[in-house]
Formats: sequence, C-alpha cells, structure tokens
Amino acid sequence: MKKDIIDELLVISGKGGTGKTSVTASFAVLAGKAVLADCDVDAADLHLLLSPDIRERHPFFSGREAIIRQQDCTGCNVCMDVCRFDAVREFEGKYRIDPVGCEGCGVCVRFCPVKAIDFPERLCGEWMLSDTRCGPMVHAQLGVAAENSGKLVSTVREQALEVAVEKEIPLIISDGPPGIGCPVIASLSGVSLALVVTEPTVSGLHDLQRVLALARHFSVPAAVCVNKWDINPEQTERIESAARSAGAEIAGRIRYDRSVTQAQLQQKAAVEFESAVADDIRKVWEQTLSML
Amino acid sequence: MNKIAFTTSGHDLKAELDPRFGRAQFFLVYDLQQNSIQIIDNKQSRSAAQGAGIQAAEIVARAGVDALVTGHCGPKAFRALSAAGVAVYNCDAMKIEEALEALKSGSLQRASSADVEGHW
Amino acid sequence: MAIRIAVASGKGGTGKTTVSLNLAARFGEPVQLADCDVEEPNDNLFLKCEHLASSEVVMLTPQVNKDLCTGCGACGEICQFRGIISLGSKAIVFPELCHGCGGCFRVCPTGAISETPHQIGKISIGQSGNIRLVEGRLEVGVSLVPPVIRAVREQLLEDMPAILDAPPGTSCPVVATLRDCDYVLMVTDPTPFGLHDLKLAVAMVRELGLPCGVVVNRAGDDRVGLYRFCEEQNLPVLLSIPDDRLIAEVVSRGGLVADALPEYGLMFSELSEKLKKRVRPTGGKP
Repeated sequence: MKKDIIDELLVISGKGGTGKTSVTASFAVLAGKAVLADCDVDAADLHLLLSPDIRERHPFFSGREAIIRQQDCTGCNVCMDVCRFDAVREFEGKYRIDPVGCEGCGVCVRFCPVKAIDFPERLCGEWMLSDTRCGPMVHAQLGVAAENSGKLVSTVREQALEVAVEKEIPLIISDGPPGIGCPVIASLSGVSLALVVTEPTVSGLHDLQRVLALARHFSVPAAVCVNKWDINPEQTERIESAARSAGAEIAGRIRYDRSVTQAQLQQKAAVEFESAVADDIRKVWEQTLSML
Repeated sequence: MNKIAFTTSGHDLKAELDPRFGRAQFFLVYDLQQNSIQIIDNKQSRSAAQGAGIQAAEIVARAGVDALVTGHCGPKAFRALSAAGVAVYNCDAMKIEEALEALKSGSLQRASSADVEGHW
Repeated sequence: MAIRIAVASGKGGTGKTTVSLNLAARFGEPVQLADCDVEEPNDNLFLKCEHLASSEVVMLTPQVNKDLCTGCGACGEICQFRGIISLGSKAIVFPELCHGCGGCFRVCPTGAISETPHQIGKISIGQSGNIRLVEGRLEVGVSLVPPVIRAVREQLLEDMPAILDAPPGTSCPVVATLRDCDYVLMVTDPTPFGLHDLKLAVAMVRELGLPCGVVVNRAGDDRVGLYRFCEEQNLPVLLSIPDDRLIAEVVSRGGLVADALPEYGLMFSELSEKLKKRVRPTGGKP
C-alpha cells in the first residue's frame, strides 16, 4: 500500500484530562480496523482501554549522558568547574554525575584531562508493537524523569505508518500529547486531520486557541469537539465560535456522563456500551470521518 | 547552476515534491551537467528531536548543491542554507519533474527569506 | 526556612490546579503559590492578581565575532543541540536551540565567541488576598522549561510557606519543580487512568526520596482499588473531594471552589491544617 493514501487522524487537546483518550479508544472501536498510535508518551493510557498484547519491545535512545569511569578519575575537579547544570557531585573525593541533572552537553567529556568520562546514548524509554481488538497498536513509555518525548512521538508515528503500509490498513488513529510543546508539534506535522477535544472552561478556551494556531501553522485541517459541553453551555458556545473564527470545523458535542468512567473501569471504550454519551461519540465520529 | 536538491518521498523525477524540508524523507539531487540523480536519506534530521531544519541544511550543503527546491522553508533552515550559499526556491508543484521544468524556465523566484514561521 | 509543598499528578486534568489554588486560598496565613506549569500557566486566570513585579529569565548564548572566526567548525562539533554550526566560512548561532552549556565558547581556538544573555521566559509576581503568586511563563518558541522553573523557585521568599503547582507528567520539568521540596501532594482520581498515572508519579517521587500524600479528586465508587493501593504503599489520603458536578461548573467559570461552595472551603482548610502538622521544613536536605 502506498503511503499517500493512508489517512492519519490525530486526537489532541490543549490541556490534559479532557477525555481525549476515551474519544480515541471509541474511534478505534468504531473504525473497526485501524492502526492505533499512542503519542501521549508521557502519560500513555490508551493501552488501559484497548488491552494490547505486546508483540515487540524496542529500547528508545535519545541524546547522551556523561558517566565518569571511577577507576580513571583523578579527582581534578575540572568537570565540576565546566558544568553549567550543577550535575557533577563530589563526595569524599569521589566524583559522579547526577543523571537527572545532566543536560547531555558533553562539555565535561571534552575537557576531562584524562578522558575519564564516557558519553553513551541515553536510554529514555521503550516503544512497543502490539495487537488489540481494533487492530495493531504502536505505543511507548518514556522513562521517569526522562526528556525528549518529541523524538519518541516521531518514532511512534513512523512505526505506525510502517505497520499501516505493511498490513494495508488505510487509517491511523493517534492519541496525541497534551500542551503545545515539542511532543505536540511532533505529533501534528503532516497529519490528515487534527480533532481537538476540549472542555467548556476558561482554561479550555485559552489552550484551544494555542493548539489551533499551531495546527494552522502546520497547514493541518482542524476540527473541534467540546466534551462535557453541558457543564457550561455558554462557554461551549464561546469555544465553538472561537473555533470557527480560527478556521476549524465543529465535529460535535459530547455530554457529561459517568458511563464513560464506567466503561473505563471495564477496560472498554464508551461506545462499547449503549448510552446517550455513546450516541454523542458516534455522531462525532461520523462527522469526523466525513472531513477526512 | 550545477546541482539541485528536491525534497521528496520517492526515488525519481516522477516522484512527488515533499512540501516539508527539515522532515522530508529524502533529498533527490539532480546534476544538470551529468543528467544524473542521487538520493540522500534524511533520516538523521527526521530523527532529531529539535533542529531538524538545520541538520537538513547541513546535509544538503555538504552534498554540494547550488539550489534547493522545496515547499516551505523555515527561518533557521533558511539562515543555514544562505550561510552555505545554497539558493532556496519555494514551489507548490506536485511532482519533481514539474518543479524542475519551472526552475529551468525561470518561472521560480529565488526566496529572499523564510516563507513559514519557525517552531521549536 | 518555611515549608514547601509541591502539588503534582501523573497526568493532566486531575485537578492539580484546583487543589493548588484552593489550598492556597484556605491556607489560613500568607502563602506563596508558584505556578511552575510554565508552558500553560493558568493559576492567574482564577486569582486575577494585582501585579507587583516582573522580570526576565535569561540564559547565556554565544555570539560570534566574524572578524575572528576562521570557520574551523570546532563549535559545531561540541554542540549537541545544533545551537551553533559552521557552514560556509563562518559559524552561525541559533539561540533558540542553545542550552547555554558554554562548550562552544570554551573550545573556540581564536576567541571569536563571547556569551550574551538571551530571554527564555518571564516571571510575574502578583498578590491576591493572602496569596503571593509567582508565575513563570516560557517564551513562545523556546523549549527550555527547567531553567524557567528554577527561576520561579529563585523568586520564592524563604520565610513564607510555598505551594508549587507542578506541570503534569513525570518528565524533567516535574523533577525540576519537585527537587528540594519538603512534601509532594499527588492529585488523582479513582479511574483506571488516574491509578495508572499515580503509580508512575509515586515511582518518580520515591526515586527523588520525597515524602508524599494523596488527594483523591472526583471521589465516588472506588472500583479500581485506589484506596487499597494507597494503603499498601503507605500513602496517606489527606483529602477526598466528592465527584460533584457543581465543582466542575465553578471551575469552568474560572471561580474558586473554596469561595463559591463553603462546604468545600472547609475541606481545604482541614487539608492545610493536616499538611502544617505533617510537613517539616528540611531546607532541601531530607
């Protein structure tokens, strides 16, 4: 299958906790067969609803880290002098580098007079290829206190595309990261459509505008869906009108309903049960499909 | 002008022109004198967490090209390419061969600045 | 040295900002609130502070003297972040990618590189009632979050208690916020997502060696075994906020729950009393 006929649908939110992952999982079920990509590598939760069977695990490296070889260190203190990040620690004449503080700049490595500092690639997490009831899934886990999820997001997307080509599945559905930083940019560039799931709150509106600006910048068509819209109908109106003026389509509204959490508890997507909210999500899905 | 780089996801002149520069899959380098093509993988830039445009500019410049034809070029990549003496042409053609014809016939304008905003 | 309490969560949207704000509002004495979610600082949307002062957060970045640069490429070789490269005959700098390590400045054989301050963020200080708000805001187009968080922390007064509203997740910006705090309050909810992300956050906090407690937001039926997990892990649950639609409505309007709904105001007063009893200042040395 040629890469250019594969559609990539990204579900994002300006901030976390708007129900993005529940919507993504429901879409996965409704699509029947799609390649799923969990790009929210910092708080990857899609696997909790789709119960993947892990087929492959791959380590993920990004950047480098400095490590002092104790047997070769002469304790001259040069590394501590040149480090701008306060990452070199000395205890009873022994020098070591705090991996959390190390920026990976390599300045100590270069200036160590006896070349006693190694500079290996940094293990930052892993990515996995799995099977789910809705199709293959690529997901990842960033290590604790690790950096650089933008590159991990790119890795997840590239692998998802490869799987789609290989298995001839013409649709990729991605669960995007929150925010507007590097990981979001990595998940957004070049997708067919970005569906922004937001909530009717003051911060929701503020964050939505930043995400839509980002989508425009990357020439990605955007659609907006207000989740829990009935909590504040006036704010929902404001958000939808702001979305329209920013050039985004409206994909629909989803009501506040505890059955979303009930579905979550059974490791299911909301649409796998009959409920009013499931009907809302189905309508949003049909509207979204028509935009692809 | 001797060598021109095009951004693409394919391997020949019939392939599509990729509108992205920094995260393009390949660079197709066309040698006007020899009438030959060379494919350079841009994997290193695509896998960069940041600064993909700068990395790509370095790759293109080291390939010895005089010009780059692509969809859009951001400010950091543009600065790096200019410093290396590579002329940038923005083109919205679908295929490389169309872009090449447009360049040869002189209908493409040399860009004097980046045409898209930068990001990080 | 007064106590410093960080409010964190494994993922966004658990109510971290709501807890930070209302805890500060019912702290019962002057308190500082540090908005360390510098990519998306939201605290002031709720506080509408009187503005007191602002300052720039700067980082040293290289500047190249073209007359002295020979284009040797040593700077581009040491730089891990593509903040400087040598293309053509001269080095060029991309300040937005620079991490400020000073490597290029140190290796340049001709002394062509000097260092100048470059703005990466902004700090605003404001006052609203008893709350002194210190907000960090990352410049758009900059990705260096930890230095801006460190700058927020430097603006905190030592002799006034502080509540630090951390960014979500478990990556390096969170660690920059939590480092040297006396206590971490983790906000979660009784859902599979909430429990899963709490486990990640607990692992991080334990790695940092910090004492911690839990606030359960949107509490109701605990079908995932959140309370059991907390008990097994010796994590005290200091507050359970009921799953009340009224709270969601107040937050959606940009209001403070403690003011709009007095019964919840009392809960936050109790939470601050518990914390004051439990947390001892360590000056960052546990």
